Amino acid sequence: MTRTVLTVDDSRTMRDMLRMALAGAGFNVVEAVDGEHGLEVLSAHRPDVIITDINMPKLDGFGFIEAVRVDDDYRAIPILVLTTESDPAKKDRARRAGATGWIVKPFNPEKLVDAIRRVAA
Amino acid sequence: MDELEAIKVTFFQECEELLADLEGGLLAMQDGNDDGDTVNAVFRAVHSIKGGAGAFGLEPLVRFAHVFETLLDAVRSNEVPATPDLVVTLLRASDVLADHVSSARGLGVVDEAVSAAMAAELKACTDPNAAPAPAAVVEAPVFEAAPVAAPAEALIGADDALDDDDLGFDFQPMTITIDEQAADVAAAAGNVWTVSIRPKSDLYRKANETALLLRELARLGPIEATLDASAIPPLDMLDAEAAYATWTVRLETEEDETAIREVFEFVDGDCDLEITRGEGLTPDAALAALLAGDAPAAVEAAPAVVAEAPAPVVVVEAAPEPVAVAPVVEAAPAPVAAPIAPAAPVAASAPAAAPAAKAQQIDVPGPGQSVIRVDPERIDRLIDLVGELVINQAMLAQRVGEYGIAPSSNLAMGLDELEQLTREIQDSVMAIRAQPVKSVFQRMPRLVREVASMTGKQARLVMDGENTEVDKTVIERLSDPITHMLRNAIDHGLESPEERKAAGKNPEGVVKLAALHRSGRIVIEVSDDGKGINRERVHSIAIKKGLISPELQLTDEEIDNLIFLPGFSTADKISDVSGRGVGMDVVKRSVQALGGRISITSRPGQGSTFTLSLPLTLAVLDGMVVDVAGETLVVPLAAIVESLRPKPEEVRPLGPVGSVLAVRDSFVPLIDVGLTLGYREASPPPTEGVVLLVEGEDGSRAALVADAIHGQRQVVIKSLEQNYQQVDGVAAATILGDGRVALILDVDAVISLRRREPPRPVEPTLIAAE
Amino acid sequence: MSEEIITTGAERRELISFRVGDQEYCVDIMAVREIRGWSPATTLPQSPGYMRGVINLRGAVLPIMDLACRLGMPMVEPTVRSVFIVVKAGDRMIGMLVDAVSDILSITDDLVQPTPDVACDAVRSFIRGIISIDGRMISEISLDRLLPEREALAA
Repeated sequence: MTRTVLTVDDSRTMRDMLRMALAGAGFNVVEAVDGEHGLEVLSAHRPDVIITDINMPKLDGFGFIEAVRVDDDYRAIPILVLTTESDPAKKDRARRAGATGWIVKPFNPEKLVDAIRRVAA
Repeated sequence: MDELEAIKVTFFQECEELLADLEGGLLAMQDGNDDGDTVNAVFRAVHSIKGGAGAFGLEPLVRFAHVFETLLDAVRSNEVPATPDLVVTLLRASDVLADHVSSARGLGVVDEAVSAAMAAELKACTDPNAAPAPAAVVEAPVFEAAPVAAPAEALIGADDALDDDDLGFDFQPMTITIDEQAADVAAAAGNVWTVSIRPKSDLYRKANETALLLRELARLGPIEATLDASAIPPLDMLDAEAAYATWTVRLETEEDETAIREVFEFVDGDCDLEITRGEGLTPDAALAALLAGDAPAAVEAAPAVVAEAPAPVVVVEAAPEPVAVAPVVEAAPAPVAAPIAPAAPVAASAPAAAPAAKAQQIDVPGPGQSVIRVDPERIDRLIDLVGELVINQAMLAQRVGEYGIAPSSNLAMGLDELEQLTREIQDSVMAIRAQPVKSVFQRMPRLVREVASMTGKQARLVMDGENTEVDKTVIERLSDPITHMLRNAIDHGLESPEERKAAGKNPEGVVKLAALHRSGRIVIEVSDDGKGINRERVHSIAIKKGLISPELQLTDEEIDNLIFLPGFSTADKISDVSGRGVGMDVVKRSVQALGGRISITSRPGQGSTFTLSLPLTLAVLDGMVVDVAGETLVVPLAAIVESLRPKPEEVRPLGPVGSVLAVRDSFVPLIDVGLTLGYREASPPPTEGVVLLVEGEDGSRAALVADAIHGQRQVVIKSLEQNYQQVDGVAAATILGDGRVALILDVDAVISLRRREPPRPVEPTLIAAE
Repeated sequence: MSEEIITTGAERRELISFRVGDQEYCVDIMAVREIRGWSPATTLPQSPGYMRGVINLRGAVLPIMDLACRLGMPMVEPTVRSVFIVVKAGDRMIGMLVDAVSDILSITDDLVQPTPDVACDAVRSFIRGIISIDGRMISEISLDRLLPEREALAA
């Protein structure tokens, strides 16, 4: 069964990069441009894994993760956050919000797929 | 790799947008709007540029963006106040960032000295008190070694185990001098590790799963996993997402401890983790066994387990209650489906706040839903096709007309409807390609900053009507004239800050750039609140350069517009800035070539206003179809003041060959289009033809003589240059209803052609022969 | 196939040959887009004599060049047999008015001889070389020189 990954990022470039890497690894990819949009897409597509950026307009990554985690329907979905460098403070905040794991930008496709494998059942 | 290249193109497009957002946000901050959203948007712009640049390994861009981002991060967290001075610095930094982007794109070179100085300045702003310590040594290790459970904790765990040790662990009966012993065993057993995992409830709250951790461990080598479920309470006391179990895993692997720890990277802090080299014993388990005093018995008492890699099969048998398998469950050969699903009955009674939150969000249309991205080439193709449709429809109508079919017939009425529909389709399609002028406007604040600093002026740019839409073909042509008008306004319009103060004005001048729609055209206005045009000076320069006769009486407006005369703006008045590129006469010519007009008005001491008007599209044109010497031509309607049949007494000869037309009180030169374009050697008498009174872009009038008029028509503009080249006197081509190509007249070029090359004296005999 | 290339030492090309006056010319078939019967063109002002004007080719404006005139021969009024060959020259499409299309030739480059010195410079710059085949002399047109350079446009 093809797994669906939801990518949430306000940067088109980053969404395209993620799509390229994920589609290349056989994932079905759905996209959202910010946290708010992500929550809508979430209900429509029920992804197996979510990858989200942190800095986004409207609803940022922290808020998005928190919103997913308080929703009984989605709380079990693994969420990977994209961080630049390994900014420990942001990473920790994302984890406190309920992030399952993280991917350090820039990533290569293997690292990305590796991280998904680690959190996806 | 094609796909990556395509993404890179996207990246640079996005950079353009982000740079515009960045600048827009900074300008908003400059206007005192420094709310969190604005600052955050500014930060995000730089952050996203850095992120994308990192993905493509654009190092210099990443480095500069990083320094910039660090400062912006400090600004948005209020560590550094957003003073007006700081915003000015940030604006300059945004220019440098833009240079870096261009450079990464291969469109220019970054001045390294400028960039380095800017970066240093940004760092100084970020932390004014900083010792000159290297600013950002960011690369914190990605995964620090997980805090190894301190011995004390391990002992506490052991105590717990002791309290109800009737269930015991699956451990090997061994002696217990842990450290040395374990090392010895490891040496003996090759690469055997014992990993003890005691998840905390947070681990599950973050959607991590022990089963997945075990699966990952199994990737390193064969594992045997044992669950101690003794801590799992009875169901009625069960916290759905609390964690109770401890896993002990025996792992055989060639990998080192770092690789094992890496498996637990994401759950660092969310579980107690112990990794020991060697067969079997975690400190607490060993201790428990020791204290239990009956190791072999303990072994037998614990039939739990066991998984053989690669597919960890874990069977939980030792639980006190069969239902209490809650968070950890059966890791079936197939990957675990929903580890917390069994807890659902409990969770279901949890507060229902979440669905409410969800409902709230449904109404908001996602930005992704309201916008469709389409390859511009497809739209261009569509517009071409609609152009064909318009031509075809016109051809059809003409053919039908030739058969003399009554306008009231069904056929004629059907054709009328077709024409209507065709027009509507064309308008709709053109609307697709319409774009706000914003994309051009947003490049201007930087220009204004640069020109102002180069000329020592203080200038503030105010923009209006950025969302005014115009066809893409026009958008692309707006940039140059706007650039020139702005340069001119700052360089020549605005006074120096001292002069302004002396005149009682704010030392900072205001330059306004506005776009609006007016009577089917787009109008761009560039105005300044400077000193206005020095008419005496302009007048005397024009006379000195022989551009006008000293006797000529000119209105103020006419004097103002002398600056557009060819040869007016030359060296002596050109500063570094305006002199870059071309004079206003060239700007005017290029605007006219697009069917546009440009003019200036001025009020002494109060400033000047440039007004540029262009057609909304360069794809279609309203024209008058005329016959000249057997050729069909289209004259742009915008240029035509009126058409008339001259009476003999209105045509007066002037000089040896010329003649003028008396129109009311003025005399207008008569120009035979056929002669000027070289279609014929001699002009028929103007009274036998039709005269189109046209107005050139400089306001000068001329009377164009044609043989006959066929009426007005909207025509689709076709390029002559695509397959041939520009032709003097011809603006473009079109295809008429009969399928033939007709040329669209360049009225101004015809007027100036006539001026440049006066027609040869006409043989009187030839006239007689006509 | 690859063997053949090795033995002949040159790649085979196909050319379309046509008559202009009493002479034969040809162009590489890869450059030819289509061949159409003559239809009257719209005269272009301020243009060299060999430009017959422009026609509508499915919505594009196509310049028509009188090849005879371009090669310095007298201009002949087109007849019903006259055709124009639509060719791609650089990034432009042009129609070459010729008297009639003859046939398609398949040649290797070693059959192409350099243009002899007798021709005037103007003509020689349009001729890529001369092909001798079955006793005929056919000149290959060099398309990139045929149209005048685009004039630089005022910025």
